[in-house]
Parts: sequence; structure tokens; C-alpha cells
Amino acid sequence: MIPTSEADVVAAVADAAAKREPLLVQGNGSKMGMLRPVQAARALSTSGLSGISLYAPKELIISAQAGTPLQVVENTLAEAGQYLIAEPPDLSAIVGASPMPQTIGGVVATNLSGPRRVTWGAMRDHVMGVRAVTGRAEIIRSGGRVLKNVTGLDLCKLLTGSHGTLGVITEITLKVLPAPEASGTLAIRGLDAVAAVAVLSDALGSPYSVSGAAWLPADAAMRVDGLEADGQSVALIRIEDFAPSVDYRIGRLRDQFGLPGMTVLDTATSRAVWRAVADARPLAVGDAVWRVSVRPSAGPAVLQAVRDHGLSAFLDWGGGLVWLSGAADETVHAAIEAAVTRSGGTWMLVRAPDQLRQVVQVVPPEAPALARITRQVKASLDPAGILNPGRLYAGM
Amino acid sequence: MIRQPAPKPEILDRRDAIVADLRALLPETGVIAEAIRLKPYETDGLSAYRQPPLAVALPETTEQVAAVLRYCHEQGVRVIPRGAGTSLSGGALPMEDAVVVGMMRMNRILDVNYPDRFAVVQAGVTNIGITNHVAPDGFFYAPDPSSQLACMIGGNVGMNSGGAHCLKYGVTANNLLGLKAVTIDGEILDIGGSHLDAAGYDWLGLLTGSEGQLVIVTEVTVRILRSPEGARAMLGAFKSNEIAGACVDAIISSGIIPVALEFMDRPAIHACEAFAHAGYPLDAEAMLIIEVEGSVEEQDRLLGQLSEICRKFDPISLKVSNSPEESLAIWKGRKGAFGAIGRISPDYLCMDGTIPTSQLPLVLRRIQEMSDSYGLKVANIFHAGDGNLHPLIMFDANDPESFRKAEHFGADILTLCVEVGGCLTGEHGVGVEKRDLMSVQFKAHELDQQRRLKSAFDPDWLLNPSKVFPLPEAA
Repeated sequence: MIPTSEADVVAAVADAAAKREPLLVQGNGSKMGMLRPVQAARALSTSGLSGISLYAPKELIISAQAGTPLQVVENTLAEAGQYLIAEPPDLSAIVGASPMPQTIGGVVATNLSGPRRVTWGAMRDHVMGVRAVTGRAEIIRSGGRVLKNVTGLDLCKLLTGSHGTLGVITEITLKVLPAPEASGTLAIRGLDAVAAVAVLSDALGSPYSVSGAAWLPADAAMRVDGLEADGQSVALIRIEDFAPSVDYRIGRLRDQFGLPGMTVLDTATSRAVWRAVADARPLAVGDAVWRVSVRPSAGPAVLQAVRDHGLSAFLDWGGGLVWLSGAADETVHAAIEAAVTRSGGTWMLVRAPDQLRQVVQVVPPEAPALARITRQVKASLDPAGILNPGRLYAGM
Repeated sequence: MIRQPAPKPEILDRRDAIVADLRALLPETGVIAEAIRLKPYETDGLSAYRQPPLAVALPETTEQVAAVLRYCHEQGVRVIPRGAGTSLSGGALPMEDAVVVGMMRMNRILDVNYPDRFAVVQAGVTNIGITNHVAPDGFFYAPDPSSQLACMIGGNVGMNSGGAHCLKYGVTANNLLGLKAVTIDGEILDIGGSHLDAAGYDWLGLLTGSEGQLVIVTEVTVRILRSPEGARAMLGAFKSNEIAGACVDAIISSGIIPVALEFMDRPAIHACEAFAHAGYPLDAEAMLIIEVEGSVEEQDRLLGQLSEICRKFDPISLKVSNSPEESLAIWKGRKGAFGAIGRISPDYLCMDGTIPTSQLPLVLRRIQEMSDSYGLKVANIFHAGDGNLHPLIMFDANDPESFRKAEHFGADILTLCVEVGGCLTGEHGVGVEKRDLMSVQFKAHELDQQRRLKSAFDPDWLLNPSKVFPLPEAA
């Protein structure tokens, strides 16, 4: 089903709820390979709800229907010199579920953010308003079209990242910002993971508003055009601002570190390299891909703990985001779970064949008290359990 | 006066037994029940409303909070969470049959981690206490509500507090990594941690700003940021609200996001100048305070560009600070705004709506018309970058008619904020103050959905009841 109006979404959900018939809720389906597979007779796509409904650049606000391709939103913003600071990635190369372009609804429903997340927040931090159709077939609104709003419970945040399990998001209002004039990257070659994360941590703890901090081991660096890695690992530190500030701040960091093997990437190269980092293209994509979040200093320990499983890997978010790819194997998954649990973090299975994602915990299980609240909250919004059942947790 | 639900007679009757039971759960001095000692807890920053509680519990650990909540849940006792009691929306207003759970004894900083840039603090640590603790190492905690000297981080989480610098750094919700919280049935929840982004539902996001409706927060993991190299302010004075508003638009369109962008109207300028002698231009209709950050050269460049923009709007005066002392002088009047209004009026209500910034001239015009028709003075302070408007309505609390008018005036302003596309509250919370206006912003079924979420955490509605959601008509 591809409804072309919010009213049609309501009708479709009402019909499914009456029949207690599960719906696969999606945009263009580009992320259907993530998390657990949904068993549903019918799919409900928001791709028919498309278009920018409001754009007020001076108020730093844009509203779009959920099925609007992300690229359309980004192009509209670029024409006015603005952008989405959360830098949503395009994971099509690693998830590979659909050739169709991802929608803004899909980006918000999965709360996927890019390298700038480490400093400037996630997609969820920039969702100012949502309209959604709940499993009760009711249209609810949360937030609005202003930048500061604490009126009532924050369903914007609850729906963002809920993977279509609590409601069908139909319209989204985002905070947008002026796009920086220039981008520059300090590239430091030849550091191992521990030394690199220490440098990234110093950079992120500097007064220079570092907006990206990643480490690519040698094989990963080879997969990124423009890095000229020469078989060495590369630590990347990005500054984005007005051009004189970029030059000044990169210079200060360069002086502060005083390491051999440092080069500076110009704006065009910096933008291309970070696009690749955001989209996880440094990974050698195997049958399974995991996205792990830990405190930055624990990133190298996670890599160390899973080193015997032949995984391709790199670090973003100053070490806190660990991308891993390799065999779709329960033993590998168990090793990753154990390493992340020891470090106190979270994981998400981003790609795997159905037989793996059906049997493992695709995200960490919740403690019993929280799991009970999760079930009650799910039931309050989707009492018939028809919206993407089983996507996050088996049986829910 | 705000309508409150009737106290439960069976709870009032059992008061002494409840106090004795609470005493058994807490350290010796952890329960307050004497009338004279309950006095400080009878109100908060919205001091027009007062109601002594049944008792006050002052736990010192998460486990004690859990024990108190478990007991209250079993006994059907209502619970009012309280931090420093600085809420301007009456978020901590007690009820006659309720136990206030005060978090001020949980005031320890548990962990500071600079490499990973977070701090773990107990809910009763003050907002400024976090920044003061990490400032010697060059770090700060970003959200800076005006009450930051007193207000506690647990309350900041409860209300999703903002501040003057959130245009750049975001509000409380954008600066948290984890929470430890207790449900009404005494379960301890660990939400998030020291890493970014939970993989399940965004409980951190839902609990932040939930105004004590869902849980009591006992520990908070906050992000700490490295302080900028420096910051400097400038001041621009303009001939009308429209012109100053257009200047704000031009600044945002230029691609510069100042760290703060504050707007004051004529009555606010006059009140603040009389109080603080900050050198504000008394012939201006509107004034902007703009602050930028960076190295001295970066500040010079940005302030130069901003001055150029301001000059296009025929300013009455422009003053660019040349030193931290001059920046302080520019901020002095604005930061003393509440004291300043307090000096010219016996009482005031500090309202808190958000509007699309393009609507500012219209909204200020309508507020002036309302001021004339109610016969009450008003001064407006506006976080211009993010549209958060704070009208300060002056009245005399000793005159019930004056108070009644002030409440109606405030409700009219907030209704106007919603009508022009904004919302009832940008950073103070709904509390008890705006509870009955919620139906202006939300439809009945939308409020019902929010109520169901509360019920998922607190099925018996014992946590901070009679706040946020309009009371049932028949109550």
C-alpha cells in the first residue's frame, strides 16, 4: 500500500488494526535489512507522502512529508546555504536492501546520524515536530515548528528511532543550520587504535569545535579516495567553520600534536572523505554489519576483544562508534555482544541474512523493569501490535 | 487560583502513621513533618500558589528513593518530586495529601571523565555546581538557565531546561548521556550510559522534560564540553521592534549563529537600566545583545561582520565590547532582569512561550494592546535566535483582582503564541501554571495518548499529579 494522503494512512492502519493484521511500515525500504525481519502480509510505504511543506530559513526550520527523499530535503537546504547538522548517512552501500533513495521519514525513524553526532547531536536532537498515525489509527502531533518547546511529553524523541513500531510518521519538522563555509581535516598517519583515540580525545577536548574524529586502520583507509594512506592507518580530525577559522584551528591542533605524518585535507577532499566515513564506506562489507556505540576510550578495547574473528572495522565519534563487518555467524555476534556489554555500550545489527537476525539480539535486551515499560508503551500506542512487529525485539 | 483535586481523606487520617513509616525508611533527619519546617516546601518559583505537603522525605541514596516510592505506591500516597524548588510553572507545588521527595541531599559529583567528556552527578547537584567543578580543567556544562546558581540538575532534566546559550549548545535533552531513575513501584532504571544513542526506544528523550510524571531521576550523566578560547558580546539599539526583528533575521541569514542572541523591548531596557546601570540606551525601542565565541581574532572578525549587519538597520547605537569586563557590563542588565522587574513591581509572572521569530513584531504589538486593556505593565525578554519569549507581567499579589487579571493576561499571551504557530512553553514547563491551557495546543485524543504514556509508568497517577494534564471536568 502506498497511501498518498495522511487520511489514507489512517484508513490503512484502521483496517489493519481491525483485522489485527501486521503491517510492514517503511519509506522506500532502503533500511529493511537492518534489525529483525518483520513478518507481515502487507507493507505500508510512506513514499507517496512527499514534498516540502514548510521552509523558513530565517527561522532555521524545515517541514517535509515523511516520504520525501532525503536528497530533496538536502538540496532544498543547500540552495539557501543550509544543512542538516546531524549529517544523516546513506547506508545503502552496506545495507543494500533497496535501490530506492532513503526518505526523511526513514532517517528519522531509524535516528541515524553521521560523524558530526559526536559534537553536534543526533537526528533526534534536531527533530522539532512530528505528525504520526498511531496503531490506534489516530493522528497525533508532538512538538511543532519552533526551536524550543517543552509542552507535554516529548513524543518527537519517542518516535524518532522507534523504527516504525509505535506509529507511522507522516510529517517531520527539523531544525536546520547555516552550512559552514569551509571544511578542513587534519590527517595523522601511522597511529594504532589506542594512540589514535588518545589524539582524537585531545582534539575533541580542545576549544576548537572539532566536528569529526575518526580512525581508519590501514585496510579501511585504502578504501577511501583522497586519503593517500600508503598502507598506513589514518586518524582524521575535522573542523568546519568560516575559512579563516578552519585554517587557524587546524593550525593550532597541528602545533599541539606535533606528530610526524600529518597532512591537511582541503575543503573538497575533506568533504568527500567525511561523506565516505559517514556512509561507512571504509568497511569491507561482509554478510553482517554491526554498529556499536561505547564511550570513546573503550573503542580500541572492543576492537581488541573481537580481533580473532577476521572483521573489517573502523572507528568514528572519537572512538565511540565502532563499525564492524564480517561473517554472519552467531559466534561472531556473541563475541561482539560480550565485548560491548563489558564496556557498557550498545549495538545494532545493521545487516545480516534473515537466519542470523531472527535468532540473535539485534539490539541489547532491556532489563526486566524497563522491558515491562517498553511493552506497556508499545501497547499504549499500538494496542493490536500491528506496526512492524518483531523489528526491535522478538515477540513485540 | 488554580483548581486542585480533593485530598484523599484516608491519607490525611493516616498522616502520623505514614510519617512514622517514612522515618523507618530514611536516616534520622530525613523526614520533615512539623508545620513550621514544612513552610519552605509549600511553594516554588511560582510563589503565588502555596500548599504545605503532608510531609517531606529527604533521601540520600537511590535505594532510599526506591524505598520511599515503593512505600508510597503500596499505600496510595501521592508523591511530588522536588529539586531546588525554582520552577516558574509550579512544577513542585505540593498537595495536602502528598509526600514531597526532596533531592537536595543527593548532591555529590560521582565521576568526571575528561577523555570521554562526561560527568556523573547526583540529581541534587546544582547546575552551576557542575560547571564550577570542571571549570578549573577548562570544561563546562552547557545549559545555563537563569536560576543556575540554585536549580538542580534533576530538576533541569525534569523540565528540559534551556538558557541563554542554547541557540548554539542546545537544551538539557541535547546534553545528556544517561540517567538513573526510580519508578513509582520502586524499580531502579538505568537509561543510556556514557555512550551516545541508545539502540532501543529513546527513554532518555522521553523522560527529559517529563516534569516528574514518569519517574524520579536520581543520577544524571551529562556531557561536558571544553570551554571556548574566549567570548565577547555586543549591544545594538534600534528604533522599533520590527527593525530589531529584521536585524535578527539578517544575522541568521548571514550564516553566523551567535552563541547568544537576546532581545529586550523598551520596558525591559528601562527596568534593567534603572536596576543595573549597565549603560543601556534609554531612547531605544528594542535592544539586542549578541555574543560570539572563539579566539580574539575570530571574535573580532565575527563582531565586525555583525556590526556591519546591524548598521544596515539604522541603529541608535552599537557598542562592541573590547574586554571581558565590557562584555560583563553588557550582560549585567539582562542577567539582572528578574531583580530589576521585582524592584519596579511588587510581583510579576514570568511567562514562557515560543513563537516563530517572524511573528515577533505582531506578537509584541498584541501584547502591548493586552497590557493596555488589562491595565498591567509588561516587559519582554526574548531569546531571539530560537523564538523563546519571556513576557514579565507586573501585578500586585496583595490585590486578588490584580492577580486574577495577570493570570488571564498570561493565558491570553500563551494562547496567542499557539495561534501564531508557536507553543505554550519553551523552557519552563507546563507545571500547574499552564496545565489548563494544554487543550489550546493539543486535541483531546492527543492529550489522552500522552496520559496513556504516563499510565505506562505510573498506572495509579501518584507521581506529581494535577500537573501538566488538565484535570477531569467532573473532579
